[in-house]
Amino acid sequence: MKIKENSRLRNFHQAKWDEEIIFELHTPGERGILVPEVEEGIAAKAGDVFSLLPSNMIRKTAPALPEVGQMRVLKHFLRLSQQNLGADLNIDIGQGTCTVKYNPKINEVIARNPKASELHPHQDESTVQGALEIMYKLESYLKEVSGMDRFSLQPSSGSHAILVMASMLQKYHESRGEGHRDELITTIFSHPSDAAAAAVKGYKIITIYPDEQGFPDIEALKAAVSERTAGLFITNPEDIGIFNPRIDEFTKIVHESGGLCGYDQANLNGLMGITRAREAGFDLCFFNLHKTFSGPHGSGGPAAGALGVTKELESYLPVPLVSLTGDKYALDYSLPNTIGKTRSFFGPFPVILRAYSWIRALGAEGLTESSRIAVLNNNYLLKHITEIDGIDSPFSGGKRRIEQVRYTMEKLYNETGIGTHDVTLRMCDFGFHMWSSHHPFVVPEPATIEPTESYSKEELDEYLDGLRHIAEEARVDPETVKTAPHNSVVHKIDMSWDDDPSKWAITWRMYLKKHVNKT
Amino acid sequence: MSKKQEYVHPYIPNSAPKVKAEMMKDIGISDIDELYEDIPEHLRFKGKMNIPGPVLSEVDLKKEINRILAKNSNVEEYISFLGGGTAQHYVPAICDEVIGRSEFLTAYAGEPYEDHGRFQALFEYESLMAELLDVDVVNVPTYDWGQAVSTSIRMAGRIAKRDEMLVSEAISPDRMRILKNYCEPVMKITIVAHDPVSGKLDINDLKNKWSDKVAGVYFENPTYFGVIQDHGQDIADLVHQNNGVVVVGVDPSSLGILTPPSGYGADITCGDIQSLGNHMYFGGILGGFIATRDEEKYVMEYPSRLFGICKTEVEGEWGFGDVAYDRTSFGVREKGKEFIGTAAALYGISTAVYLSLMGPKGMQELGQHLVQKARYTMESLSKINGVAIKFASPHFKEFVVDFSGTGKPYSQINKALLEQKIFGGKDLTADFPELKNCALFCVTEMISKQDIDTMVEALKTVIG
Repeated sequence: MKIKENSRLRNFHQAKWDEEIIFELHTPGERGILVPEVEEGIAAKAGDVFSLLPSNMIRKTAPALPEVGQMRVLKHFLRLSQQNLGADLNIDIGQGTCTVKYNPKINEVIARNPKASELHPHQDESTVQGALEIMYKLESYLKEVSGMDRFSLQPSSGSHAILVMASMLQKYHESRGEGHRDELITTIFSHPSDAAAAAVKGYKIITIYPDEQGFPDIEALKAAVSERTAGLFITNPEDIGIFNPRIDEFTKIVHESGGLCGYDQANLNGLMGITRAREAGFDLCFFNLHKTFSGPHGSGGPAAGALGVTKELESYLPVPLVSLTGDKYALDYSLPNTIGKTRSFFGPFPVILRAYSWIRALGAEGLTESSRIAVLNNNYLLKHITEIDGIDSPFSGGKRRIEQVRYTMEKLYNETGIGTHDVTLRMCDFGFHMWSSHHPFVVPEPATIEPTESYSKEELDEYLDGLRHIAEEARVDPETVKTAPHNSVVHKIDMSWDDDPSKWAITWRMYLKKHVNKT
Repeated sequence: MSKKQEYVHPYIPNSAPKVKAEMMKDIGISDIDELYEDIPEHLRFKGKMNIPGPVLSEVDLKKEINRILAKNSNVEEYISFLGGGTAQHYVPAICDEVIGRSEFLTAYAGEPYEDHGRFQALFEYESLMAELLDVDVVNVPTYDWGQAVSTSIRMAGRIAKRDEMLVSEAISPDRMRILKNYCEPVMKITIVAHDPVSGKLDINDLKNKWSDKVAGVYFENPTYFGVIQDHGQDIADLVHQNNGVVVVGVDPSSLGILTPPSGYGADITCGDIQSLGNHMYFGGILGGFIATRDEEKYVMEYPSRLFGICKTEVEGEWGFGDVAYDRTSFGVREKGKEFIGTAAALYGISTAVYLSLMGPKGMQELGQHLVQKARYTMESLSKINGVAIKFASPHFKEFVVDFSGTGKPYSQINKALLEQKIFGGKDLTADFPELKNCALFCVTEMISKQDIDTMVEALKTVIG
């Protein structure tokens, strides 16, 4: 179907270099970079390197890495980069729950400062006062945002923070002679890791489903709590974007049964300065600094899951924390009940530094304004997306949605045979990304969209035009949608190898063994 | 914020009054507060967040943060002999160039169509690491070595269907704390001793601690103390005779010259990619790898993303996808293998660039360089009165220096080095009581002969 005249859609085509796999660029003898030579005085004194090593520990054949000249390596990876979209290039609102917002370039300039990048974690504390100051101050800001008493910046992602929360719950209950508490409650619309990372610690997981309105079923929670309850890990709003107004009743019910409550605030983007973990009665909460606090997502990390707790749980946090005495910052290992460590050293410092810079650029009122505009943008999209024939927002609960919405394309699918997956692949053709939702698909044919505060109305309208175009195309020209993408980097992928052990190829050498040099 | 009415924040385009009003009108509200009507009054935050006012210009923001960072002294200003899990290696300019690209830096979880590039770059990461490690399967990076070994141990437990793991005592204290927390209470961790003279794992202790409950053994090579162990195959044979799983941690910067763990019986290899093209960032950049052979029993126990190469409907076109997605927690929540989420992909891309640049010769030369330089430093130090090198075994880039013969506590010696702008080795006294007044030194290709000589001369003066 042709792009309509008044549409904002672009006549887009993504870069397609048909770039080789790096091993195909191998040209014996080429070098990408040289290693500094060992000075003469050293070689003479140290002697022949091979005489210094046990013979069975000397590698017999060099690793079969490709030999490629420097410019060709550069070109290779730059071409791959062009075959990728990032938030800097597309209207990246289609990955709901993940808060893909603007990552200010000034933060990259700041993060490249060698006074940050060339620090060793075991340097004397007197030489890293600046780094510790950044960590300490960021913690103090996050305390304000959450109302919690203490933060650890060590967890390296939201899922990692969930693991730490589960570890702390376990230690807490054990230390009080309540080690029998072995059940952890979560909801189906909370992140899969709320269940999975807690299960790593041996917890039996109880999952609460939504009631008809889309709220987590409070009656199911009441039925689930018992003397075996260790705690509740829950998101609010959940992935569907509805704020649960009875959240404090949830924490109360769990507390009355002797459990603790962990607030999964990986995504806080609609609520900064509006409502906090403290007032909702939580004992722990965490923020993903790479989401709400603007760290770039790095194609899948680095990440950070800054973990806040009440005074009562402070001594269980991973070590070290950063303390301030007089004007001296220090690493504090004196936490009597600490779970130990969850990451080497102190935390993902580049992510911490960028988050600090982002908060400083906005100030308290700027943070709240970000949230308010994120919610405005979301409700604007909600209105216009649900006007599209075939796309709805399920659940009657909540008059509004907060920062994101889970949509359903069930009607479109039933009427045209075109579902979420087809729409996703067709969206690529206009330079967009769209995502379905976490599994299982409780909402049929789901799509989760989160506009954040970063994109202009004009851009939101462009994305809307994409959905409008495809929804109409599904009715008048379904074949074009079915066979998409047409203007992306590659065409429809045959993923049948990926679930067949005799064919899957996770590395180039596996590919060669299984598909080229078959024996 | 008195200037509130006067500016529109550059990061928030739709707070421009005209657009904002238009959007509000469009959805039928007169105040954004109406959008929060589902949040009950008693849950509203009534106070004011005590966060300092905005720094509105980039000029001021950069100045302020650089002023704080200026309080740091870094390894470019000091001579650093610090290692123990992260170290100052050279990061080629192209690594920074590539991972600074907007397309990689600001992408997240796009489909293997519009995000074909990150899938290919990470497939290449897996493939290049596989050559370095001489294995078939490598995961998309997890947080760090600590997470990689934790998961490797849990994988070993599931594969062997046993719930105890023997773990070498000669590993980093951080890693020990991480894996203990991660395994508690599902797997029991039992510590295996090392020979105090050679620094190598004590096979007799391993035998004594073995039982039919033990899933396998974890040791590192080189050890945390830099010792190259030459009896890995003996350990592996013993473990395999008892149907156990051998997990070995390795510093991958050694693998141009040292036999990879798969060459002496490792079933699972793990470690960190910081040394391969990543800056230290105060210990803030790490990335864990887990590597195995291509056996379904092993592949299906990974919690990680595993990107696989595929075909597309167009002949000759590469596509990519997730191998065995349904084993992950993304697929089946708590029924999946451990958990998966965002971790350290960008650093995997940097490592892919690094290994592509280094090639086989670069990695060989680096390995030789590090062995020689460490050896030279050890020789020079051992000539100082009262200073001795611990562990009579070959070393890679790290080694333990014993200062107890000097009559001075190492903390005092180290302070004196600091005054001369030298970061001496990490004091081991607190973490390893048997290594009182010993320090872990690390020498990388960033340290020149002159740097080493300067440090040795400084020590001579300090020790007297």
